Order: sequence, then structure tokens, then C-alpha cells
Amino acid sequence: MQRSRTDLWLLRAGQGLVALILLFILLPALVVAIASFNASSVLAFPPQGYSLRWFKNAFEYRDFQIGLWNGLVVTAWASTLATLVGTTLAIVIHRYEFQGKRLLEGLLLSPLFIPHFMVGLGLLMLVSQLNLSRGYAVVVFCHILLVLPFVLRSVYVSMHNLDPRTELVAASLGATPLRVVSTITFPQLLPGLAGGWLFAAILSFNEFTASLFVTTQSTQTLPVAMYNYVREYADPTLAAVSVVYIVTTATLMVVANRYFGLGKVLSVESR
Amino acid sequence: MQQKPRFVYWFLLPSTLTAFGLICAMLAILQYSVRSYIPGSLEVGGFTLANFHALLRPLYASAFLETVVLSLYTAIFTLLIGYPLAYAMIRAQRAWCRSLILIIAITPLFLGEVVRTYSWIIVLGSNGFLNSVLMGLGIIERPLRLMFTQLGVVIALVHVTLPIMVLMLAAGLSHIDRAYERAAISLGAGPVRAFITVTLPLSMPGIIAGTMTSFAWTFSAFATPQLIGGGRVNTISTMVYQLGFSSLNLPFAASLSVAGLVLTMLVLWLTKRLTNSLERIGGH
Repeated sequence: MQRSRTDLWLLRAGQGLVALILLFILLPALVVAIASFNASSVLAFPPQGYSLRWFKNAFEYRDFQIGLWNGLVVTAWASTLATLVGTTLAIVIHRYEFQGKRLLEGLLLSPLFIPHFMVGLGLLMLVSQLNLSRGYAVVVFCHILLVLPFVLRSVYVSMHNLDPRTELVAASLGATPLRVVSTITFPQLLPGLAGGWLFAAILSFNEFTASLFVTTQSTQTLPVAMYNYVREYADPTLAAVSVVYIVTTATLMVVANRYFGLGKVLSVESR
Repeated sequence: MQQKPRFVYWFLLPSTLTAFGLICAMLAILQYSVRSYIPGSLEVGGFTLANFHALLRPLYASAFLETVVLSLYTAIFTLLIGYPLAYAMIRAQRAWCRSLILIIAITPLFLGEVVRTYSWIIVLGSNGFLNSVLMGLGIIERPLRLMFTQLGVVIALVHVTLPIMVLMLAAGLSHIDRAYERAAISLGAGPVRAFITVTLPLSMPGIIAGTMTSFAWTFSAFATPQLIGGGRVNTISTMVYQLGFSSLNLPFAASLSVAGLVLTMLVLWLTKRLTNSLERIGGH
């Protein structure tokens, strides 16, 4: 195929534009990385000197330690339970008809469109109306609601890629429906479920707005602790935390892409 | 469809309970929104519609307007920036190029609002990166005011909503059969004409889904307008937080968020109606 001069020009212009956009996306991460190694407590560009003191400060700050632990506890519970809820629902929705199917699905997908602050506020009010204590349970439940739409999406994709004939074969050989699901459907879904779980875990660990409403001083997760820090102090400690965050998340994304095919999970690649 | 075996009911139990919890939370907000506020107490008084009446005060009316304006700007700019990126991601020749764009575009989605907003504070601040670079190059003499302005909030919000926009656009673009474009080009259309008359209309469903999601996300954004707006850009979310946690006026916070949700639904419904004709061009 021969390309005319205008076509080539268009291609180059397009590539330049895309490069600029990628730079816009990366800019805050690059700037925060420079700031985190800044030696003085007042940010300046270019930095006057370099040091690791803010990283040390970040790891020693008590609220961040508690926040990290709380975040891990909440994330582990929320992503595991959300995967359980999402998988059982997706299997049933995909294979059976029942009354209120669309309603149930619609309700559980609605947190995609309900503002997060409203989910948090609603749970806060519910808990105070029922005179329950604001413990881990409400934070975990809140995160389940918020990550469930994403889990459902990734389970649907793997259900879709499943060959229904394998189930029919098992059923025709006399397996009960539950046995078919547990020995045929579930094992084939596992890779997709692992991807969905990871997805949910990353989202839950980073959830902020709703968590701000439902956590207390003793259950606050890392993003909430970071928000409180940035409102009180102006030093680059938070830049150091951000760098740790960005590096960890980017590594997880590369791993997820390698093993689960991010494009497939997010259904942006044609199958 | 076959007869339902018994395990189906067990499988429906977790999701039904979850949905029930969500409904209860939403009902709790509705309930609070029609109760009267007792100053200095977390207990609420009798039923009243005064909260909704108070929403008409200029302070709150302007917060509504500000939120809608911010969401509109953000949706438009995110679309303009997101489209070329999604297009490049789907159409790049080399696999590593596609993966690279995907990872760079998507990773910010998982970073959470606080990390991203903090990073933008460092970029936009008066001693921040952008002003230092521009002043160092002698392009400007005094720092630009980007923090605590609507422009600053929009820049950060575009960055926050870009990943979800790219995902939605890419999902739409990846389902377009390229035979249509080849047909247009073989019939003599140039690449620009083929794009405008074939690819763009076909990607309309993705554009609509992306814009609507971006709008809804901006609407619910909190950390960005709160920290970058610094009290000078008041949105519904920052107002709800102030009312709930500074004034402890939970009933009013509830009515404000109910009104906010109704507004979101209304805007989304209107967009859907207005764009239905556009979608019909895309649907084939």
C-alpha cells in the first residue's frame, strides 16, 4: 500500500499528539517523583538537594502504618467477598432466568453512577439509625458495593468465553447442576476470577471518598490518612508515599497485563 | 431455559443481601432528608420539607451550577483528549505499542483520587512545577494562578476521568469492522473523510457511554474539588461533606445529596435523549 505525502504527515501529527497526551498523563507522576527526593521541606523546582528523608518519614509516620494495615484488612475482605458475590450472581444470571433478574443486576451495577460520597453517607446514616458501631464491617460492606460492578464485568467476560458444551457434556453424563458448576464451570472461570479479584483489590485499596464517610480514627484506610496528612502538613512526605503507591500499582498492572490480559478483562480488545 | 435447580437460590443469596443493604442505605438518606435538624445534636427531629426548601438559597444553587459546569467542561475536554488516545491504542500496528498505551492510560485509574490530586497540587501550585518551568524559561514573569481556580480543578478532573473515558471509547472502537473503512477508501475517500464519515459515526455509542460516565464521575469527585478548589470551588460533594462533618447537619447533607442524585439522573437522561439520534447514526 503506498502512502501519499499528506497521509504520512497525518500519521506523524497523530503520533505527536498521542505522545503529548501520554506526557500529560505521566506528568504528575514524574513531578511527584522528583519532589519526593527533594531535600528541603519546602518544595522547589529544580530541587536544591536530594535525600531519602521523606521516605523514611513516611514509613515511620504512625497514621500511615495504621492506615496501611487497615487498608490491607479491608481490601482482603472486601475483594474476596465481592468476588464471591459477583461470581455466584454472574453464574446464575448467565445460565438461568428468574424474576427480578434485571432489577437485581441493575441495583448492584448502580454504584457506578451513584456518587461515592452518597454511598458513604447512606451507610453512615444507616449505621447510626440502627445504633451500630462504625467498625470494619461497614467499611468492608461499603467497598463491596463499590467494587462489585467491576468484578461482575470481569466475570461476565470469562463466562462469555466459556464453551457451554463442556457443561452439557457433564450434565449428559449424569452430573447434577451443582456438580456441573463446581467441577466444570468454576475451575474454568478461575483465571478470570483471579483477574477480577486483583482488580477489586486495587480499587478497594485506593477507595477514598466513601471511606472518608464510613471510617473512624481507628479504622481509617491509607487514602484517608493521606488526605488528613495533606490538610495538616505541607512537606513532601506525601510525595514519597505517592511514589511508593505509583510504583506498586504500575507493577501490579504490568503483572495483571502479563497474566490475565488486561485488554480482555477490560474488554477493549476484540476477542 | 431449563428448570432451576435448588443451588440457584443459594447462589442468589449473597447478591440479594448486598442489594438489600444498598437499598437500606439509600432509604436512610431519603429518611434523613425529610427530618428536621436539631443544632448541636446528631439526633434528628420530626418530619419536614424545610431542608429541600433551603436548597433554593443562592449558596446551594450556585454549588449546583458549579458542579454541572465543571462536569460539562471535564466531559468535553476528556473526550477530546481521550479519543485520539483510544484510537491509537486500538489501531497501533505493534503489540507493545498497544500494551504501553493501555498501561499508561489505565494505571491512573487505580491510583485513587488522593495521590492524583496531591500530584496535581505539586504541578499547579504557585511554586509548583509548571510555574517554575515557565518562569525559568522566561515565558511568564509572575506565577499563574491555577490552584483554587476552576481551571485548575478542570485540569485535574480531566486527568482523573481520562482512563474510564479511554476504556469506554476503546471498547466501542474495537468492535468496529475495519472493512467499512477499507470500503470507503477503495471508493475514493481520503483518510480524513473516511474517518469523519465512517469511523466517527460508528464509534458514537462509545463516545456517548464515555461522556456519560465521565460526567457521573466528575459529579461524584470529592478530593479534587476539595483540595485543588480549596474552598473556592464549591461543588455538591464538598458541600455535603462540610454540612455532614463540620456543621453536623446530617438532614441537610442528606437532602443536598438526594437533590444531587436527582440532578445527575436528569442530566444523564437528557443527554441520552438528545444523543439518541446520534446513536442511531452509529447503530447499524
